[in-house]
Amino acid sequence: MAMGVRGEEILRSALEGSRRDLSRLLSLIESGQEINVHTQDSWTLGVTGPPGSGKSSLIGNFVNYWSSRGDKVAVLAVDPSSPNSGGALLGDRMRMPSADSGDSVFVRSLATRNHPGGLSAYISTMIDCLAACGWDRIVIETVGSGQSDYRIAAFADRILLVDGPDRGDIVQAEKAGIIELADIIAVNKSDMEGSEKAAEAIRSALSMDENPPPVHLVCSHDGSGIDAMMDDIENCTPGARSRLRARERLISAWDFRLLNNPEINGVIDLLETGSITLEEAVKRLIQSEG
Amino acid sequence: MKVIIAKPGLDGHDRGAKVIARALRDGGHEVIYTGLRKTPAEIVRATLDEDAAALGISTLSGAHDVLIPSICEGLVDEDLGEIVVFAGGIIPASDRSNLHDMGVRAIFGPGTNTSEILDFLSEISSRKESGEPVGVGESSQWRWE
Ligand SMILES: Nc1nc2c(ncn2[C@@H]2O[C@H](COP(=O)(O)OP(=O)(O)O)[C@@H](O)[C@H]2O)c(=O)[nH]1
Ligand SMILES: [Mg+2]
Repeated sequence: MAMGVRGEEILRSALEGSRRDLSRLLSLIESGQEINVHTQDSWTLGVTGPPGSGKSSLIGNFVNYWSSRGDKVAVLAVDPSSPNSGGALLGDRMRMPSADSGDSVFVRSLATRNHPGGLSAYISTMIDCLAACGWDRIVIETVGSGQSDYRIAAFADRILLVDGPDRGDIVQAEKAGIIELADIIAVNKSDMEGSEKAAEAIRSALSMDENPPPVHLVCSHDGSGIDAMMDDIENCTPGARSRLRARERLISAWDFRLLNNPEINGVIDLLETGSITLEEAVKRLIQSEG
Repeated sequence: MKVIIAKPGLDGHDRGAKVIARALRDGGHEVIYTGLRKTPAEIVRATLDEDAAALGISTLSGAHDVLIPSICEGLVDEDLGEIVVFAGGIIPASDRSNLHDMGVRAIFGPGTNTSEILDFLSEISSRKESGEPVGVGESSQWRWE
């Protein structure tokens, strides 16, 4: 959908500092409207990891850390929509006590809405808009379960992978390839038994890597270990894994195009009945892209 | 519809609010629960940032006669007059007409069937679509009864 007059007005007003219109702008993007905003230099952090590991709680710590230093922090927190009802319970905001604390914090919850191909087409426009509106730090929280979910984190320039004290999850992460993308790993809930062991297990699993990410043992509740981890986040050079991230973004964008191609269902029908070969199917889809 | 379920005031019980949040999710809505003990200003801020279409305020603390009007005023001040506000919890009959006058479009007592709240949301969504005023800052006598 092209950007209408209303979209342009909302964009202009958001750029002039209207919070109400920034909020409306994000809804327009979410509903599939194209917004013509220039690509921005931005500072972005993707936070991913298994549900319940404490991603939202830790982001709450980050918000306090940065906003107390005078930075403006925006958070996009993604949760899955229910495939049955299409509804969603967006529970991230609740875990960030400082979410609605002031003008230097902006938190937006997003449901995946079962978009074919995930949120990839929207998230980079949202990042550009937030950056253009003066948000210094942009954090993207995404559930590290399905591939298209965790790939969203690759739209950020640095990735923090969060795990809890129950081991096993991170092994799954390794299988899914998330661990390769992580610049920093946090084992949260250091107040709980098993967390130290979990951190050790991850460190030893990574010990063969040429350039293993630092593993931090932290506790969102009492703040221990957070400052040391923040130093690593600040010093993280986006260059290190940029190629891997670019690859994930490309796959993500490609999936989105494919799954949203109007011809796709027809081509699947033809494939099912055997009237075309797989190769012909691919050709047909590429041609239909024009 | 994007709906915020908010819990102002000092009482520490949010079982009811969570039951409603889940029921609305199962009814196909995107629901954000704010957590306990939010101030009116925080609730207005959450509604603003989330670009929610409706705000449900759950209160047991008896502070509804101060907190709910203060939230309604805050919404209007922030140019959020089109947001639909509804309330639930223990609210004496004598306080209801004042809340209606503030723009609260529905008041659900304890033990309300969650399907009634879903019916209310689909009613306001069709009213919104046809351009009838239902927002907290929009002038209308309509209310759910
Ligand atoms: N014991 C303990 N619990 C925590 C800590 N951080 C978060 N939690 C709890 O873990 C649960 C999930 O946290 P949440 O931030 O929502 O995790 P997310 O699903 O990864 O975003 C909540 O009940 C939190 O209170 C921590 O440092 N220690
Ligand atoms: Mg979360």
